[in-house]
Amino acid sequence: MMDLARLTASELQEGFRAKTFHPVDVVRALESRIQAVDPVVQAFLSRDFEAALRKAEVADISLPLGGIPIGIKDVINVQGDPCTCASKILQGYAAPYDATAIARLRAAGAIPFGRLNMDEFAMGSSTENSSFQTTRNPWDTSRIPGGSSGGSAAAVAACEVPAALGSDTGGSIRQPAALCGCVGLKPSYGRVSRYGLVAFASSLDQIGPIARSSRDCALLLNAIAGRDPMDSTSLDPPAEDFTAELGRDLKGIRLGIPKEYFVDGMDPRVKSAIEAAIQQCAEHGAELVELSLPHTEYGVSVYYIIATAEASANLARFDGVRYGRRADKPKDLMDLYVRTREEGFGSEVKRRIILGTYVLSSGYYDAYYLRAQKVRTLIRRDFTAAFEKIDAIVCPTSPDVAFPLGERTSDPLKMYLADIFTIAANLAGICGISVPCGFVHEGRNKLPVGLQFLGKSLSETRLLGIADAYERISGWSREHAPV
Amino acid sequence: MSSPDFDVRHVARLARIALAEDEAATFQEQLGRVLEHIELLKKLDVSGVEPTAHTYPIFNVTRQDIPGASMSREAALALAPRAANNLFIVPKVVE
Repeated sequence: MMDLARLTASELQEGFRAKTFHPVDVVRALESRIQAVDPVVQAFLSRDFEAALRKAEVADISLPLGGIPIGIKDVINVQGDPCTCASKILQGYAAPYDATAIARLRAAGAIPFGRLNMDEFAMGSSTENSSFQTTRNPWDTSRIPGGSSGGSAAAVAACEVPAALGSDTGGSIRQPAALCGCVGLKPSYGRVSRYGLVAFASSLDQIGPIARSSRDCALLLNAIAGRDPMDSTSLDPPAEDFTAELGRDLKGIRLGIPKEYFVDGMDPRVKSAIEAAIQQCAEHGAELVELSLPHTEYGVSVYYIIATAEASANLARFDGVRYGRRADKPKDLMDLYVRTREEGFGSEVKRRIILGTYVLSSGYYDAYYLRAQKVRTLIRRDFTAAFEKIDAIVCPTSPDVAFPLGERTSDPLKMYLADIFTIAANLAGICGISVPCGFVHEGRNKLPVGLQFLGKSLSETRLLGIADAYERISGWSREHAPV
Repeated sequence: MSSPDFDVRHVARLARIALAEDEAATFQEQLGRVLEHIELLKKLDVSGVEPTAHTYPIFNVTRQDIPGASMSREAALALAPRAANNLFIVPKVVE
């Protein structure tokens, strides 16, 4: 019998409409799959099969995502579900409302399903900063799944859900998608409403899909994109169908290769997989254009100033007064604040709040925060200039494959430096997608490599077309994790 | 912009986070190295460059001032660690 858990969202949709199977069959198939693999993968913080079954029974399959279960990163509010951001400070919190992206998924017929593990408050690149459990990479369970949307990527890669929502502040959708062999899309800044997304760095955060094909990412983006009065940074571009360029070829597509993204220090096996993928694009008609993004080396520094500064302000709301955890027997209000936050936040969150507080503090603001915002302008200009000559940039998503659990937890700087290829897209507000482009062999295991395409702001339709073309040429995304 | 004057205990107080001794020492060392790395930005001449706060020009966004449905008081208070008499309860602030 066909394993329904392995099908993509598009394939499920076809099966529903042909009456080959029913959404209830799919929820049951995912239930057995999750019970079989999640004790090892540990992608889910919680899930409610009964609630999903009830939704599946009455699913309207005529809708664009009718009856399709979508896993949700634990940073996005789904009414009545827990929303902890993998933090002890929000243990026991149940969301009192739906995020706009969730309301839109529901309107498109989808079934928001389960809470997926992540780095606490989306701060991290390995999901090891979760306060609750260690998610493992389905390709090699002794390794990290990437982060911060590691639960989302691992669940999709392990066929526990056909697709999931993540959030991307500096690569948190694309990097785990790359390390788990999935497709992950970070939409342009302003494309998707953040209402109901617990804020990390408000000038950088975006919600986006992780799936097993570019087509599925396009279907999900169709559902969640668009202006929302509840998020004043959401844009209102003319309506478009993000599936419009799926099925196209690469003829005439100009792909920019930034020389700064092929540097010493990256895994040479990753480098050769990327170079082979780029050659394959050229053989199928893409025109390659060498270019320079001269301010690349400053990206990590700019990011860790701006993101931490914004986080220190956003996370001030976790004070033990209105929701979440409160320290026992506080002797006064200050004691309540400092102990609630000491007990509730994990190390990485504390480190980043402290760094962000420092760079904003009196006497240092100009030297750090303001200077970082100016360099951010230079980084944006690099991309604006590049996109005059090309349709998309092609480059690695991550300089490494998935690394062993525990390898980098004591060295935050090393962890930060690995974000170098993804953070510029957030700083510049552009869109980016990671697609599987081969494997590195490590002992008996195959570890996925991700190829990243970056497009100018609001060019998702073209970007998805390019990613889909590469996917069909290469066939890598049809491989399934061995777990 | 030198990191030697970065005092993790002082900044943690500003951030309203209590730190254990060993945690403070670890953070001092780790963040010291991050701040050292960030010194890289000093190499750049940014005079005359406008700062970017948002990646597209953003202006005040307003809407019609029409009352609509919002979260009920009960739903909001139900999430509080301590609530009574339709209020959030905190330790006494004013003597």
